[in-house]
Amino acid sequence: MAVRPRYHIAVFLAPAVLVYTAVMIWPLFNTLRLSLYTQGAAGHVFAGLRNFQTLFGDPHWADAFWNALANNVWFFVIHMAVQNPIGIGLAAILSHPRLRFATFYRSAIFIPTILSFVIVGFAWKLILSPIWGIAPSMLDAVGLKSLYAPWLGKEDYALTTLALISVWQFVGIPMMLIYAALLAIPEGVLEAGEIDGITGWAAFWRIKLPLVLPSIGIISILTFVGNFNAFDLIYAAQGALAGPDFSTDILGTFLYRTFFGFQLQLGDPHMGAAIATAMFAIILTGVCLYLFLIQTRLRRYQF
Amino acid sequence: MKRSRLAGLLLASTILAAGMAAAQDVTLTIESWRNDDLTIWQDQIIPAFEAAHPGIKVQFTPSAPTEYNAALNSKLDAGTAGDLITCRPFDASLSLFQGGKLADLSGLAAMANFSDVAKSAWQTDDAAATFCVPMASVIHGFIYNKDAFDALGLAPPATMEEFYGVLDKIKADGTYVPMAMGTIDQWEAATMAYQNIGPNYWKGEEGRLALIKGEQKLTDEPWVAPFRELARWKDYLGDGYEAQTYPDSQNLFTLGRAAIYPAGSWEISGFNAQAGFTMGAFPPPVVAAGDTCYISDHTDIAIGMNAATKHPEEAKAFLEWVGSSEFATLYANALPGFFSLNSAPVEMADPLAQEFVSWRGKCSSTIRSTYQILSRGTPNLENETWNASANVIKGTETPEDAAKRLQEGLASWYEPQK
Repeated sequence: MAVRPRYHIAVFLAPAVLVYTAVMIWPLFNTLRLSLYTQGAAGHVFAGLRNFQTLFGDPHWADAFWNALANNVWFFVIHMAVQNPIGIGLAAILSHPRLRFATFYRSAIFIPTILSFVIVGFAWKLILSPIWGIAPSMLDAVGLKSLYAPWLGKEDYALTTLALISVWQFVGIPMMLIYAALLAIPEGVLEAGEIDGITGWAAFWRIKLPLVLPSIGIISILTFVGNFNAFDLIYAAQGALAGPDFSTDILGTFLYRTFFGFQLQLGDPHMGAAIATAMFAIILTGVCLYLFLIQTRLRRYQF
Repeated sequence: MKRSRLAGLLLASTILAAGMAAAQDVTLTIESWRNDDLTIWQDQIIPAFEAAHPGIKVQFTPSAPTEYNAALNSKLDAGTAGDLITCRPFDASLSLFQGGKLADLSGLAAMANFSDVAKSAWQTDDAAATFCVPMASVIHGFIYNKDAFDALGLAPPATMEEFYGVLDKIKADGTYVPMAMGTIDQWEAATMAYQNIGPNYWKGEEGRLALIKGEQKLTDEPWVAPFRELARWKDYLGDGYEAQTYPDSQNLFTLGRAAIYPAGSWEISGFNAQAGFTMGAFPPPVVAAGDTCYISDHTDIAIGMNAATKHPEEAKAFLEWVGSSEFATLYANALPGFFSLNSAPVEMADPLAQEFVSWRGKCSSTIRSTYQILSRGTPNLENETWNASANVIKGTETPEDAAKRLQEGLASWYEPQK
């Protein structure tokens, strides 16, 4: 009996494949292609890898690129070191069965995540403003005015401040994911532990944490991709020049400035595409390293 | 890229809808970055034009100043830009003209009403073609709180030494922040500080043209000296000026908490509406008493025609009107601080605007040093100057280092400076 060709599979897949190709795959490859061209006297001219040679070889471009990359790494480190542990901690507290008003806390902590970057950037700029902000006056009220510094305006603090603002905004996401993972742990496993004398914090460290490790892995990779694509918050708070003195310049703002131009600087889509390609390569490498080195080694438990 | 396409699509749909609503009239759309002026265009300028030109309707559709260039370029590429384009000076518009996006307006009768200097910002390098009708220039100087000066018994300073004397006295008194300026937005430091006081040191056009010809370098004394002055300013700025934004500075001054505001004349109409005290203005102080004074009288805004417009005749009619003295009077009075570039003298009622424009008579005018030709390459001299000026004021870079960095950046791509 001949197998009838199963056309319906193609028909059902078509809408998703077509839409995804049109809005994701085609622009992605077109951007990669754009980075191999340059603006000549008469339109686009094929330039091979010359844009990348400029990006990594010319001292002005290379300095700006490595500065943006280093800032981006620091931005990511702050998220990994602050956002994710706090998210896990909050989830652990929320999943405690005797905690009252758990739903209220959960919503309150999650709300900043759904706010627009523009609102978050603007609100925090006002909070931290040396002139009208509540940060200096609140510190003044408890006699600690000397601790106040114009954080967003100092090279040493600005990037960390912005990273912490971003942490404040997004801490709800790891919290929710870990919370869901913690709820999925069966009571039986914990009770078995209790019989063996593992309770309280020990139960968290030795039973719950190992069981939610795969979720933590997913969160780390989401944070990585999100941070290396970040742009909005820096742009909303510091503008496209990512001041002071490019200390908050990350790959996203560097790309924007190059691609679209800024003030008297005209946009250069080809160099912009070269930066976008470099960003794509960085993110792809990071995700692959995670998938092949870490994800495959994580142990999963079946209940 | 994705976002601009979506924006273009949305814009196209609104234009389509607007077009259908007024099928018999021709509607011209103006692209602009002057969103502050929306009501003035809608209530005063456009009605005056429409009354004289039945059958043409005009819509003013501004976008945010910092996004204007990027948004305009995307819209022009996508074919969704308005019929009339407000022109930034020099290269931003020149590249649009060379790219065929702006129409050649050299043949416009109204062009005869403007001097060569006025047109220079919107011409090809050889001045063969003019592509935008000049609208206005802005003048730099310092606006001060006259009530505060009277209370402290101060007079507007004429020399740099007197300037610091005045600042010291205000600081010693303690009632006012001596000077309202922040560094976080960076452009204030470059535009309102460096380009404001600088022309007195590099002797206006003389120094600017010498720099373009390669006869002077940014590391020469006339170009480093203004940075040295900026390095002294931080003592006179408000607490936490490093994080003070441009609107913060404006509010600090108009609320009467700061005594002096390094200004551009475009602030006048906003300040008139906000400030509850008398204001005065003084030009950038000269180095020694009796020196010739130089002011930055920067050709800032013009208007051109989208080469792809469907209504070139109507658009030209509008541009002819923009070049008339009727428009000049209307615009200069509706927006005190934007000084007409029209050769015909314009009567202005605002005393602060009169004060600013009176400097044209006693000082030599120049434009911002970085705007013509010198910001064509990478690194971009204008953007670098923002950064360097902010660094120098904060003290994170010495004037000499900043000048050296700017010179190296310029020399890396600009042939005459090599």
